[in-house]
Amino acid sequence: MNFVRVVAAAALLAFAVPASANAAAEEIKFPPQNWSFSGPFGTFDRASAQRGFQVYSEVCAACHTVKQAYYRDLKGIGLEPKEIEAIAAAVTIADIGDDGQPMERPGRPSDRFRSPFPNERAARAAYNGAYPADLSVIVKARAGGADQLYSLLVGYDKPPADMKIGDGLYYNKYFTGHQIAMPAPLSDGQVEYADGTRASVEQMSRDVTTFFAYIAEPESEVRKRLGVKVVLFLLFMTGITYAVKRRVWADVH
Amino acid sequence: MAGLHKSEISNPVLNWIDSRLPIFTMIQKEYGVFPTPRNFNYFWNFGALAMINLVIMIATGIFLAMNYTPHATMAFDSVERIMRDVNNGWLLRYVHANGASMFFIVVYIHMLRSLYYGSYKAPRELLWILGVIILLLMMATAFMGYVLPWGQMSYWGATVITNLFSAFPIVGESIVTWLWGGYSVDNATLNRFFSLHYLLPFVLVGVVFLHVAALHVTGSNNPLGIDVKTPQDTLPFHPYYTMKDSVGICVYLLVFAILVFFAPNYLGHSDNYIPANPLVTPAHIVPEWYFLPFYAILRSVPDKLGGVLLMFGSIGVLAVLPWLDTSPVRSASFRPVYRILFWVLVLACVVLGIAGGKPAEGVWVWLSRVATAYYFLHFLVILPILGKFERPLPLPESISRAVLGRDGGFGGGGGGLMPGGAVAKPMEKA
Amino acid sequence: MAESAAAPHVAPEMGGAEVTKRDFLKLVAGAGAAVGAGAIVWPMVDSMNPAADVLALSSTTVDLAPVIPGQAITISWRGKPVFVRHRTLDEIAKAHADDKARLPDPAADATRVKVGREQWLIVVGICTHLGCIPLGNRSTEVRGEYGGWFCPCHGSHYDTSGRIRQGPAPANLAVPPYAFESDTKIKIG
Repeated sequence: MNFVRVVAAAALLAFAVPASANAAAEEIKFPPQNWSFSGPFGTFDRASAQRGFQVYSEVCAACHTVKQAYYRDLKGIGLEPKEIEAIAAAVTIADIGDDGQPMERPGRPSDRFRSPFPNERAARAAYNGAYPADLSVIVKARAGGADQLYSLLVGYDKPPADMKIGDGLYYNKYFTGHQIAMPAPLSDGQVEYADGTRASVEQMSRDVTTFFAYIAEPESEVRKRLGVKVVLFLLFMTGITYAVKRRVWADVH
Repeated sequence: MAGLHKSEISNPVLNWIDSRLPIFTMIQKEYGVFPTPRNFNYFWNFGALAMINLVIMIATGIFLAMNYTPHATMAFDSVERIMRDVNNGWLLRYVHANGASMFFIVVYIHMLRSLYYGSYKAPRELLWILGVIILLLMMATAFMGYVLPWGQMSYWGATVITNLFSAFPIVGESIVTWLWGGYSVDNATLNRFFSLHYLLPFVLVGVVFLHVAALHVTGSNNPLGIDVKTPQDTLPFHPYYTMKDSVGICVYLLVFAILVFFAPNYLGHSDNYIPANPLVTPAHIVPEWYFLPFYAILRSVPDKLGGVLLMFGSIGVLAVLPWLDTSPVRSASFRPVYRILFWVLVLACVVLGIAGGKPAEGVWVWLSRVATAYYFLHFLVILPILGKFERPLPLPESISRAVLGRDGGFGGGGGGLMPGGAVAKPMEKA
Repeated sequence: MAESAAAPHVAPEMGGAEVTKRDFLKLVAGAGAAVGAGAIVWPMVDSMNPAADVLALSSTTVDLAPVIPGQAITISWRGKPVFVRHRTLDEIAKAHADDKARLPDPAADATRVKVGREQWLIVVGICTHLGCIPLGNRSTEVRGEYGGWFCPCHGSHYDTSGRIRQGPAPANLAVPPYAFESDTKIKIG
């Protein structure tokens, strides 16, 4: 069955195409990190994701929206309903009152993560024409995934001597073109972790990346768990069907 | 003629129905006892797999449509809502998205099988042409479906592909404006794409029905490429091929499941998780992997109209393939030269696929030009000539003899040592 | 399978362990296929159940202060109308008195309001017959024979406790889950 073997090889090759195609666009290599959530059995490190939520709330949330996420989604990183209610209630949400006038009220678990600006124009006006990206699916929206987000956060550095940095831009090793409109968001000790973890830039970057990996794919743990069951079931079915097929065909071989 | 169909179904209720509408007789005839060449290899699974895939796509699509909002400002969010809030929404969407890739994998293998074993040759020309129409419908459906999440790749893919039509002189611009329903890809475009994306699969079902109907008139080809001569050459479709297809379906579902559950975005583009922005084009835009060879053909010509014509031509030549290939021998197993050229064609397609995913520069431009040239040479020049000069290997006398006769002393009658219970009862040719 | 090749094949029922094993295998394969088909169908069916964002929005708060005795308001809860009625003393007395009347769906008025807040009757404003919205929430509307609500679709009459008294409806207007957050504020759901 030569044809079979060659086609299998061709199919494998064809499968490798999109990966290599994607890789070609990335001239910058992001050092691969060891993530709790990678691999078919990976789960989100709850403590890290919770610390990451703290970093998001105290740092990122000042400029970035996370439009697709709700406070109730925090259940997935191990927070209790009472804690989530408290977190939501501490946030002011813009709403329309019964009198039809704009008003503010304390947040509820069913509210989306608070937006730091009312609309895109307001954001651009406030941030020198730049529009801070929505972070809901940021980990899925970058070819390098979590590694890319982490690299970017730790990638701020002094520019090489021969490089001129544009006005209002900052040097970053891992940003395309190496000039980014976002100033370095993290500095050592910027947040105070309740669990006593030292808040180094690397630690905060790792935590907030874990958090955004969860926010991008809240279904990920359920998906992988179900996947293991489905694959085992299909392996069993393949075996049993093949056995039946062998027996049915025993007559004619 | 008035009167009832003489049904042989024993169950009285089914018999009553069958006498008036002989669907059970038909199923029995077309999928039960249907005489099928006994020597299929596993490549003959892929037709059934494509059928299953179409059913999966329609089923998941219907449920996705219940939660999707075809509006430029809401489409992206509604897809995210499906992923996050709708019960099992992520599963439905990932099955549907990866199902498109699986569909093309399955259909491309199905086509290659056809090319290798000469399944497109007389008397199956129309069957093959219906297959080409199915491919075109699939491509249109897949393209419009990819636009629906309204991410950056959706938007710019739609812009680039619809702009292909602007290459046509005089009417080009009007056609593009008409396709868009505006001066750019916008809400009107999204709405009509959603409508057509929902419609075309059902058209596809209709053409698939014709494809299968045509298949059941001519009967299947087989790895030897020779005609079925005696009942000894065939087996009833059930249980032999229903079981063999079941094995294939399990393996197919296994591959599908691994993609959906463990690498759901592997075949996608990260840029499509950025909401559509009409003011910014992503740095590196490429179509989905299954369009890459066609994309490479398009880009291999430095002329706009030429590229578009060549791209559509690459599918056009497939439609006339039954008349381009002049060799009377179907299976590549007995065509020593064609067998090599077949693999050269596969190589050309793979090269086109890889080149289509690379930026159009340097060596990739030349590789895609060479591969494009070979693709058209293969069909338009080599195949018509090769049939006249190639010396095929001697064909076996019959399928049963080739399959069973290796160590058996066959007499003139054939089938003397046939061990199969299935051939004890000879079947009638449909 | 050499042993089967040697035997003349007539029918599968030729007996022996071979056949039993084959039938068993077929049974397992068939059962597996049925389980698999069920597992494929269920996620699609389940996707039509309320989604997480719908379930999360299941409560709403209502300010009662502007509702004077004798007046009622309609508010939307889970996409359904909820009637909030500030009952007069007369209406409360009538509802109490009718506890002993012949009721199609017997329920004491006390079980349909909160203790100490008998003036507030809160019911889902959907006729238990076929889902129309009864009239009577506005003082200008017909309130039916019993001074509560009247459903114009098929003529069901409800009393001042929202109980069905006459007409085709089988049950009283449903009382949604709610709690008083303060004297003038309730949370429904």
